[in-house]
Amino acid sequence: MTAFFVQTLNGLASASSLFLVAVGLSLIFGVTRIVNFAHGSFYMLGVYIAYTCATSLSGALGFWGGVLAAGLAVAVIGVLVEMLVLRRIYSSPELLQLIATFALVLIIKDAALAIWGPEDLLGPRAPGFTGAVEIFGRAFPTYDLLLIALGVAMLLVLTALMKKTRFGLLLRAATEDREMTDALGVNQKLLFTAVFALGSFLAGIGGALQLPREPATLAMDLGIIADVFVVVVIGGLGSLHGAFVAAIIISLVKAYCIGLGSQTLFGVEFEFSKLTLVAEFIVMALVLVFKPNGLFGKPIIHSQTSAAVELPLGKPSNIQLGALLAGILLLAAMPAVFDEYTSVLATDVLIFALFAASLGLIIGTAGLGSFGHAAYFGLGAYGAALATQAGFGFLSSLFLGAALALAAAMVFGWFCVRLSGTYMAMLTLAFAQIVWSIVFQWDAVTGGSNGLVGIWPPEALSDRDYFYWTTLTVCGVGVLVCWWVVYTPFGYALRAARDSTVKALAIGLSVKRLQWAGFALAGGLAGVAGAVYVFSKGSISPEVSAIPRSVDALVMVLLGGINTLLGPVVGAAVFTYLQDTLARSTDYWRAVLGAVILLLVMLFPRGIVGSIKQFAQRRRAA
Amino acid sequence: MSSALLQVKNLSARLGAAQLLFGIDFEAHAGEVVVLVGRNGAGKSTTLKAIMGLASEVSGTVMFSGQSIAGLEPHTIARLGLGYVPEERRIFTGLTVAENLEVGRIPSRSDTADAPRWSVDRVCELFPKLKEMLDRPGGQMSGGEQQMLTIARTLMGNPRAILLDEPSEGLAPIVVERIAESIQRLKRDGLCIVLSEQNTHFARAVADRAIVIERGCVTHAGGIELLEPTHP
Repeated sequence: MTAFFVQTLNGLASASSLFLVAVGLSLIFGVTRIVNFAHGSFYMLGVYIAYTCATSLSGALGFWGGVLAAGLAVAVIGVLVEMLVLRRIYSSPELLQLIATFALVLIIKDAALAIWGPEDLLGPRAPGFTGAVEIFGRAFPTYDLLLIALGVAMLLVLTALMKKTRFGLLLRAATEDREMTDALGVNQKLLFTAVFALGSFLAGIGGALQLPREPATLAMDLGIIADVFVVVVIGGLGSLHGAFVAAIIISLVKAYCIGLGSQTLFGVEFEFSKLTLVAEFIVMALVLVFKPNGLFGKPIIHSQTSAAVELPLGKPSNIQLGALLAGILLLAAMPAVFDEYTSVLATDVLIFALFAASLGLIIGTAGLGSFGHAAYFGLGAYGAALATQAGFGFLSSLFLGAALALAAAMVFGWFCVRLSGTYMAMLTLAFAQIVWSIVFQWDAVTGGSNGLVGIWPPEALSDRDYFYWTTLTVCGVGVLVCWWVVYTPFGYALRAARDSTVKALAIGLSVKRLQWAGFALAGGLAGVAGAVYVFSKGSISPEVSAIPRSVDALVMVLLGGINTLLGPVVGAAVFTYLQDTLARSTDYWRAVLGAVILLLVMLFPRGIVGSIKQFAQRRRAA
Repeated sequence: MSSALLQVKNLSARLGAAQLLFGIDFEAHAGEVVVLVGRNGAGKSTTLKAIMGLASEVSGTVMFSGQSIAGLEPHTIARLGLGYVPEERRIFTGLTVAENLEVGRIPSRSDTADAPRWSVDRVCELFPKLKEMLDRPGGQMSGGEQQMLTIARTLMGNPRAILLDEPSEGLAPIVVERIAESIQRLKRDGLCIVLSEQNTHFARAVADRAIVIERGCVTHAGGIELLEPTHP
């Protein structure tokens, strides 16, 4: 029993920082409708800035002054980001905004790398709170008790701010209906900047307060953002009290999992301490299924400014079909001019073309936002690798990998299509994170963080060119399936459901079932890409299903253009080439990539192929 | 009457490939109620939204008290003294009545010299029902109460003109009558009111002039005899 109480206190102490960061994200989302991926980076900057202050100025001033300085500095950074970047994309589609904020993650990560270096930095303990008190016979750090008190205090302060001040009132009003608030004379720009300052300040403080508990590392940004998404979704986007309750729930679930350690249930040994990620995402999935807007959330009203109406995709003309055939023949002839290196790169491009095209099917044709497409890529890869290790042949392994991805996409998709917009994006991300954590932590089967090695294609395909042709065949067919589906009755129904759910329902289409089928198909095709990928590399590690890989796919699709067929494929080619070139030419390739993504999102929101099409249409019209 | 408070010239609006308004012209003076009448989808609401800066792809001239407001952001237009009451009422449902009114207050209006000064007490005098429910969440009000609140909320910004989109829609006749009375009172106080309406009975009761809009064009403009059932 005492262990239980100690774990409870531990959980509550962790909840405070999580609450501060999550409530910042939630407030920002409520008003601006932007899910700020870079919010985790703001938290990370808070830890680093507090470290610098605490180590350069010793004593209480250095530490507590550092906490405040971290909050203020991060608030300034948040304001700059809002004014320079986000202001330009408030009216862009949701996914584009997410991608832009992810680009900021890349840039901030490399900036932190340049300033603070790659080593973990362990900060000092908080002056005045270095000791421990005895609770139930166990030593419990006084700093953790302070954190619990601070969390409650911040909740009270923020509640007062929201309830008692005009600023809080305007935030609540804008969270409900920002266009109406605008029409009543409230300057939305100022309000957005102000809420960004507040939210970033909270993230900075939340990070700074963690300094005595864990070292500053460059992995903190994506580490916390997944937790924060979960908290915000469970609590309800935009809800202050929701963030508080959810932060406590999540922190307690994690603390109890760690406290349980290894237990035997029904004769099977479970390492509960390794199931923390799975546990928190299961809680989130359950909440979303029963309360789709979170525990305290309200349905999100998206602003009514209508996006430009896209022309429907026309049937491909004979010229286009001819060009397609020529393109395939050209790709098949490429090995004649390849050296070893380009052959490997071209194989990668083909694999990612299928990966991106399958995501394009969900986003473009079905109009659903998936932020966890790497889950199916990863499952395809691991499925194929495990099948090979179990003695299956090359083709059977490809098939089994794809089947595993398809099965998972059917299970996850069933939940996902029940939600919409931001919640759906977050749930897909959560499922991907579950897959990642299982793969990462199930050492016995997946090899844990080391992954699986020695998965090579059969002897006959070991030659680079032969493998390229195999990839071209498998992935080419996959891409063609993605394109063909668009023109089947199923594809028409999906597009109808995307353009007007209500009308599609009214003419008797089972929208949810259609979307489910589309999601599953796309997942299965991503699995094919993953399965081919594992043979091209000969090994596999958990990164294939991590968040950045999902974002890569999104960037490819958006880079090429969402509402085009060729877009994702072109996007995959450009992105893969760019990443490869950048990674070889500079240590700070992430920042450069981030900057390129930002520019593209701001200057060419329709993507490469979309912009070319638009240009051609304008010329024809002129 | 001297020059118009609100002048709309050649106002057009489109949504993607569809053109919604084709050069709307009209004007409205202080102390006058102008009603835009027309069928569903004729372009009445779009006209009001386009004036308020809430529609996309708008062209044309909109002058308000001698100043061009075309292309300005809604909050800037509101701060110049042009209020907007939306068709769907758009009450902040999670906020109380008093809080809804506070959101509508514009603390730093630039020129308020000749504008009426509204306060919570004064809007409650106009709509006594609101006084009894200042602490009630907006989501727990009837349609009629919400309509009163949305007008009161816009008045809190001390406007010199308001755009009222279908105020009688979906309301019981007795409530419509009360809304009509308050509109007449606002007019007597010198407010300029442009309202869109399908209920010709209501329109005749409050309006001085009528503008008939069909398929995004003004087809008739004149006195309210236009709205008589006998009129061709």
